[in-house]
Amino acid sequence: MISAVRSWPKGRAGARWLLGAGAVACLVMLPIAALFLQAIQGSAGLWSHLASTVLPTALVDTAILLGGVGLITAVLGTSTAWLVTAYAFPGRRVLEWALLLPLAVPTYIIAYAYLDILHPIGSMQGAVRWLLGYSSPREFRLPDVRSMTGCILLLGFVLYPYVYIPTRAMFLTQSANLIDASRTLGISRRAVFWHVALPLARPAVAVGVSLALMETLNDVGASEFLGVRTLTVSIYTTWITRTDLPGASQIALSLLMVVVALVAFEKWARGKQRYSTGAQRSRAFEPRRVSTAKGLALFSAGLLPILIGFGAPAIYLVNEAWKRIEFAGLSSRFLSEAFNTIVLASAATIITVLFGLLVAYASRLRPGAATAWLQRLSTLGYAAPGTVVAIGVLIVLATVDGFIDRTAAAWFGVSTGLLFIGSGAALLYAYSVRFLAISAGGIDAGLARIPVSFDHASRVLGQSAAGTFRHVHLPLSKAAITAAGLLVFVDCVKELPATLLLRPLNVETFATHLYGEAARGTYEEASIAALAIVVIGILPVILLSRMGQARH
Amino acid sequence: MTPNAKDRTLELHNVSRSFGATVALDDVSLTIASGEIICLVGQSGCGKSTLLRMIAGVDTVDGGRILLNDQEISGPAHFVEPEDRKIGFVFQDYALFPHLTVEQNIQFGLKRRSKQEAAARTADVIAHIGIAHLKGRYPHMLSGGEQQRVALARALAPQPDILLMDEPFSNLDRGLREKVRDETLSLLRGLGTTVIMVTHDPEEALSAGDRVVLMKAGKIVQAGSGYDLHDRPVSPYAAEFFCAFNRISGVYRNGHVETAIGRFAQVLDARDGTPSMLYIRPQGITVSRGPGDFSGEVKNRTFLGEVEQLAIAVKGLEQPLQVRTMHRLPSGIETVGLTVLPDSWLVFPAA
Repeated sequence: MISAVRSWPKGRAGARWLLGAGAVACLVMLPIAALFLQAIQGSAGLWSHLASTVLPTALVDTAILLGGVGLITAVLGTSTAWLVTAYAFPGRRVLEWALLLPLAVPTYIIAYAYLDILHPIGSMQGAVRWLLGYSSPREFRLPDVRSMTGCILLLGFVLYPYVYIPTRAMFLTQSANLIDASRTLGISRRAVFWHVALPLARPAVAVGVSLALMETLNDVGASEFLGVRTLTVSIYTTWITRTDLPGASQIALSLLMVVVALVAFEKWARGKQRYSTGAQRSRAFEPRRVSTAKGLALFSAGLLPILIGFGAPAIYLVNEAWKRIEFAGLSSRFLSEAFNTIVLASAATIITVLFGLLVAYASRLRPGAATAWLQRLSTLGYAAPGTVVAIGVLIVLATVDGFIDRTAAAWFGVSTGLLFIGSGAALLYAYSVRFLAISAGGIDAGLARIPVSFDHASRVLGQSAAGTFRHVHLPLSKAAITAAGLLVFVDCVKELPATLLLRPLNVETFATHLYGEAARGTYEEASIAALAIVVIGILPVILLSRMGQARH
Repeated sequence: MTPNAKDRTLELHNVSRSFGATVALDDVSLTIASGEIICLVGQSGCGKSTLLRMIAGVDTVDGGRILLNDQEISGPAHFVEPEDRKIGFVFQDYALFPHLTVEQNIQFGLKRRSKQEAAARTADVIAHIGIAHLKGRYPHMLSGGEQQRVALARALAPQPDILLMDEPFSNLDRGLREKVRDETLSLLRGLGTTVIMVTHDPEEALSAGDRVVLMKAGKIVQAGSGYDLHDRPVSPYAAEFFCAFNRISGVYRNGHVETAIGRFAQVLDARDGTPSMLYIRPQGITVSRGPGDFSGEVKNRTFLGEVEQLAIAVKGLEQPLQVRTMHRLPSGIETVGLTVLPDSWLVFPAA
């Protein structure tokens, strides 16, 4: 703490950057602080009301969902990562990147697609009945996908890449030497997985599972379509159908507690393990050659999650979208949604990247406890589910709007109405709060690759801190900034809960349109919107797979 | 250049800096005259690089002041930004900007001059340092020695009053290192630039600087000419930093230290009977086949080229004496006579 005080600026360059980063951190903290205040202000009676009605089912459902999704993503992610690392078989290289594809499918889209694919009178179930010799859905039908089990399975099959990515990286970078060492110590190849590779990968699995669970908590579409009443869904309905802000904020606060518990779980699951990569470049893991038959079996096993999480819904969406376009062409409504989606996401990306630059560069200029805390605070929003952020933003901006309106009325006699909430500024605010971690983290990683001596050289050669940023850091971290921007953009396009809650009146995006139709049970143009989202969602998958390859 | 640039002196008064619980610099005071070449030397982590960064202004002081020509540039009252100090810096990793060519790198520090001036100055420096053939290349296309020269050219281009160099030769191969060092230093002497150079290599420190400043744990142990530090070290640490002495324990009595191999004259500020340590240079002992002042048995011989290092066991000493001699002993000789040459020993009170 002493060092934090000492490194406080004495009018030195970088002070303004630090102030800027502080302002960003405040902006991020504001909605969460407002949420606390609002929840505390709510009458005590409301708490007991909530505790007796909404919360018990919501908490239980959320817990079951988290447990199930956690288990499935851990098993799928770890086993697929081991499959493509430990065994050499034809098609392994393809699986390596194809296993990332389900990332392109948001949770609400996989639910939307499977509701139709597995409909009792749909083609899939029809085919199953024909195979088994039944003639009508009344005689035989598959278990309804609209259930907790269905929801767990579907979320598990799109969220497992969150575990696959860090676990595979861990297998690749950490274990090679240790695994060789343990084999020379007489441990069989199979036992190596259980006794060496898996314990070593535990921190990576923990990180991956906690990310997958955060996505689960963020989900509002899939749970609602499939009839699972999670906390997130309760917040949404409490606000939308009952316009009960204190109630919504109290549930949001409960949800935030679950997030805190999740973060604590991750810390616990990691244990004391802090693996550092050895000083010498670790050798790549040598996969084991297998027979053709076994290779085929392994390939099919690896293909299964891709087919379920990406292949089937993608084929379904392409097919449906094609039928729709053939039937009616692209409506002007679709084009205006595309416009809305892209404008909102682009604006949010620009803001988020600028904020991210501010936060990342401030820590670069003044490394120390102060900036480390600012960075931590400003990236807090990523852990908070979209609904929580949205309710927080709503409280903040409603207050601001009210203040402006009253002031304008008192001074000029005009009512400004809901200036921020009505204009979409609220939505941009929520996007920035939620995705700042991606942009700040990515830019920070990019800057970390630039030696500090470059900064010093530039300063000594007469450039100010800002000039150094412009002439040295910007040109050298362009790729990282672009990548961060792309990730933010795609996440904004996919984001559903905050968009639903904060979009201006009559503004539809791809995601909200899809939600609307799925909630009504209609399947008109939604497939085109869904396909558009999945196509955009593939962009970061390409980026990720290229980064994975660069590591070899 | 300012008219009085030649008279610029740099003063450090009680400079301190800590990083968390580690004290990097502890009450360091030093005055450097214009045109001097100073070598800061010490083991890694002794604070020498931190001191360089404070002078450059890329790091701040916790306590004390740094004055340049009587003006405070770091301290409680003022802080001059590094870009306004007119101090050049050659970094250990050279820190050449990878997105700029050699020429653009050199021009980087000339932004405040007019385009024509900057171009003329760049051409000047490039010619002076002899790197015209490299000017269109990017840093990754240069060898270590070439990078070093470009880094030097870039630092000199804005005509700094003081040039700081952080281990500027440590990234070069051994043969190349001496050559580049000699060239660089004679160039800097020719320009009359004040140079403060950091090194961890004792030989480099002794040979390169007008003045050597030995540091340990954030403090200055001793500052003086190379001869001062080598011949008249003020402490065992300073002595052993520059020479691998033989250490023999003894007792101080009557202006002499009495040891198992004889009495050695040295006046200490200590009472008679004080346990003391005798330090003898390995090349300060002569070996002969006849009798010397005392005798020993050759246990091991390591041939190093110009000299041979002998490990000689002497009765009464726990460790064999390490002796460096140019005199080639015939093989098979075991017992030798040994004589300690005058002025090749030091005595310090035992720690």
